[in-house]
Amino acid sequence: MRALRKLFSFNGGVKPAPHKAASIAEPIAIAPLPERLMVPLWQSTGAAALPLVQAGDRVLKGQRIGAADGGLSVAVHAPSSGTVLEIGPQPMAHPSGLLAPAIVLATDGEERWTELEPVNVGGTPPDALRDILRDAGIVGLGGAVFPSHQKLRPGAHGTRTLIINGAECEPFITCDDMLMRERAAGVLRGAMLMKHILQAREILIGIEDNKPEALAAMRAAAGSEAEVVAVPTRYPAGGAKQLIRVLTGIEVPHGRRSTDYGVQCFNVGTAFAIHQALDHGQPLISRLVTVAGNVARPRNYEVLIGTAMREVVALAGPRPDTNRYIMGGPMMGLPMPGFDVPVVKATNAILAGSPTLFPPAPPEQPCIRCGDCARACPADLQPLELYWFSRARNFGKAQEYHLFDCIECGCCAYVCPAHIPLVDYYRYAKSEVWAREREKEAADAARQRFEFRNFRQEREDSEKAAKLAARNAAAAAAARAAADSPAPSATAAEPAEPAAEGQKKALIAAALARAQAQQAAAPPRNTDDLSAETQAEIAAIEARRQEPATTANIAGGDATGTSATPTAMPAAADKKKALIAAALARAQAQQAAAPPRNTDKLSAETQAEIAAIEARRQQAARLPPEPAPEPPREPPLEPPK
Amino acid sequence: MMHSPFLRPAPGVRGVMLTVLLALLPGIAVYAWQFGAGILVNLLLASCTAVAAEAAMLRLRGRAVGLAVGDLSALVTAWLVALSLPPLVPWWLTVLAVLIAIVAAKHLYGGLGQNPFNPAMAAYCAMIVAYPALMSQWPAPGQLDFGAQLDLILGGPRNIDAISSATVLDALRTGLRTPGATVDALRQTSPFGAVGGSGWEWVGAAYLLGGFLLLARRVITWHMPLAFLLTLALVSGVAWLIHPAQFAPPWFHLASGGTLLAAFFIITDPVSGATTPRGKLIFGAGIALVAWLIRSFGAYPEGIAFAVLLMNICVPLIDMKTQPPVFGHRGGESP
Ligand code: SF4
Ligand code: SF4
Repeated sequence: MRALRKLFSFNGGVKPAPHKAASIAEPIAIAPLPERLMVPLWQSTGAAALPLVQAGDRVLKGQRIGAADGGLSVAVHAPSSGTVLEIGPQPMAHPSGLLAPAIVLATDGEERWTELEPVNVGGTPPDALRDILRDAGIVGLGGAVFPSHQKLRPGAHGTRTLIINGAECEPFITCDDMLMRERAAGVLRGAMLMKHILQAREILIGIEDNKPEALAAMRAAAGSEAEVVAVPTRYPAGGAKQLIRVLTGIEVPHGRRSTDYGVQCFNVGTAFAIHQALDHGQPLISRLVTVAGNVARPRNYEVLIGTAMREVVALAGPRPDTNRYIMGGPMMGLPMPGFDVPVVKATNAILAGSPTLFPPAPPEQPCIRCGDCARACPADLQPLELYWFSRARNFGKAQEYHLFDCIECGCCAYVCPAHIPLVDYYRYAKSEVWAREREKEAADAARQRFEFRNFRQEREDSEKAAKLAARNAAAAAAARAAADSPAPSATAAEPAEPAAEGQKKALIAAALARAQAQQAAAPPRNTDDLSAETQAEIAAIEARRQEPATTANIAGGDATGTSATPTAMPAAADKKKALIAAALARAQAQQAAAPPRNTDKLSAETQAEIAAIEARRQQAARLPPEPAPEPPREPPLEPPK
Repeated sequence: MMHSPFLRPAPGVRGVMLTVLLALLPGIAVYAWQFGAGILVNLLLASCTAVAAEAAMLRLRGRAVGLAVGDLSALVTAWLVALSLPPLVPWWLTVLAVLIAIVAAKHLYGGLGQNPFNPAMAAYCAMIVAYPALMSQWPAPGQLDFGAQLDLILGGPRNIDAISSATVLDALRTGLRTPGATVDALRQTSPFGAVGGSGWEWVGAAYLLGGFLLLARRVITWHMPLAFLLTLALVSGVAWLIHPAQFAPPWFHLASGGTLLAAFFIITDPVSGATTPRGKLIFGAGIALVAWLIRSFGAYPEGIAFAVLLMNICVPLIDMKTQPPVFGHRGGESP
């Protein structure tokens, strides 16, 4: 037994009731094959996949049906054999209730696999391995769905430590726990494959100390290959940054790649998926999903991507008062717009919600500046200041107070005695900032166009003048020559031509210099030095809030918020859809034109996201500077605990 | 649609305020035991005034009355006002003070959460400026029975002798004006107890108990009380060591006047105080320093109220300058 590793800690955090025991009573079950599968083309951060099949095509299980579109995109695969019914807009597993392109399959029940080719990892260069993972559709399965091949690039100074995240700190969710208990060897194998690709020196597997079985299973599997570390149970210990901090003491600031600090962090589910992809050639077509909450038999299921959530929850026996599903945990999960949205790669859990299990938030009260939020914030922010600035629409100040370092973990809102939906305010502020950023970019572009037109105009004018002068000079010279002697007129005209040429060059040089000066003088934009991860994160942030209710909630309290939503939605949906389609098309066009590298500019995907938010903004109720009037009814008071 | 987090177990503002009220109970009980039940009458009067004023202001401002009155914050303000005032002031003074606290100091600034000044202390300062005589009439322990107290509170003729027992701070200040007087000599006289003012020591101890409850329930953090009490002990201790005849010893400062009530219940008002950890230390220390200066050299015997208001003004600056470093931005350059 080696010496105990020195652990670090992060500030803040909360300890919500775990609610985990119920869903670990039974082993993982395989969900039955559904008749219909709805595989969204857009399941990861980055661009949507490009469909490779058409309606009517027969597909095999594991067959690639959508190809990665650029570097920040991954392929999607047929989760079972069958026939393509259609490719078209389908409901997304997203609170916005938007439709997004998906491939709908009718399964044939035969489960006929496509030919799977295990990869000879040792004999394949890392770049090729990354491509294989991209084409196997591997993304982070902890919920962030960031394309894994992008994270498997060693940093500038190499990657020292590979961290496997088995902390699983969100209440209710137990799929990682069960995966580690039942498939520890596969997880470890995946970790070793990643260690090989990253050329990392050590593997640390961090697991919250409330999972003794998983710790034991992983320790037994790891032997001396990896160090399994029990970390204190405290939400959000499973946040990548928090876990990196706890295990190594390194704090990765917002907007920086952790590989630049010599560490990289992957979820245990991702490790297992990578093991399957490389050792068995099997793409990501299923995942473990915890079904819990308002159900009779909470349990973990292995579910094919594309299965309707309703069918999965039905296995666990939902109680009759179930009124909605939440994808993910109760702290950061997303409310689903309906019961028929498909399970996607991001679906680590489906919580059946009921008004008793997750009661509506109590009415918002004024902030009493108690500072509880600041004490709970794992990012060491001052959530109350962010709240004041966001509410006052003072976004510049909010950014100064590190708005974008907020990981939206929800700890602040969880502890706030005034029941302020703080995270909603931050989401709102972030989306406003991005919208403004985009407006500014558009304005900059327009200004540049305008200046270029002016410049061209100027140049044309001066060229004309030069030509005129030259012609005059030539005429004069010719006249003089004619008057003086019969000398050839060309000698006089010739010097005039190069003069005009030189003037043109000088003008162009001046314009170039001006443009450069402008560029140098322009204040650095927020977006300028972002890593691909951050851009993706932004995209995710944006994707999560394409919905009017976010702001409506803030604006009007729950009563107005809910009553406003149904009327606002249908009218807005079409416009929104059109805008998003346009944005997607634009993004694809741009991607075709630009090399999909980790550029320092905003990626096309992000722009697409932002375009989508603009759509949202147009119809979303604006945040009023004054607190909105309280709902007319007498709200129930929170019973003292 | 409701958004994450879906779990919201926080006790609510009402829960926080309820804890504060509970924590005040030991102090109130000892107060009534030492100085008679008159204080209970004042508390009742203050509570009724506060709730009525709060409801009226909310209605005037077009806010939902039930929820906001139910948060109990007005009651906390009322109790703190009543406990800060001398116990036998006429009823209208209590009512006026509470009205100033609720209407002027709280709602005219925008209601709960918006007031830059501590409402209880703003009211106290207004009263001491407007009615200095009434505000300096403190009873000695066990001096008057409840009937006599009630009579005074209801505006009966004020027999100054019966209630002119000034606070120790007051006695010290006036006493030191007589040539040749020393602190030690003065402390042998009537209003002084073993450490602070006779009777008040017990009340202070009970406040301390309540303060520990607040700390244990995490309603307040240790920063402000500790910085306040330590600084007060330090500055008064240094002065006393240098010139013991002119300056009261530190334990006297700690045990007398409103020191302990202020340390745990008044300066810790979250709305008008600093919020960052370092800011809280500065805030508490600043109040102690100013309060000691006023007690020792100023025109008023008790300086805490003015000190609190003065430091309230500094809060935005303190908070701005003491923002703690953010995760990932702590010290050192990134690679
Ligand atoms: S926890 Fe809520 S009430 Fe307390 S300071 Fe933060 S935002 Fe304000
Ligand atoms: S949601 Fe943001 S501000 Fe709130 S606790 Fe988490 S990181 Fe801090």
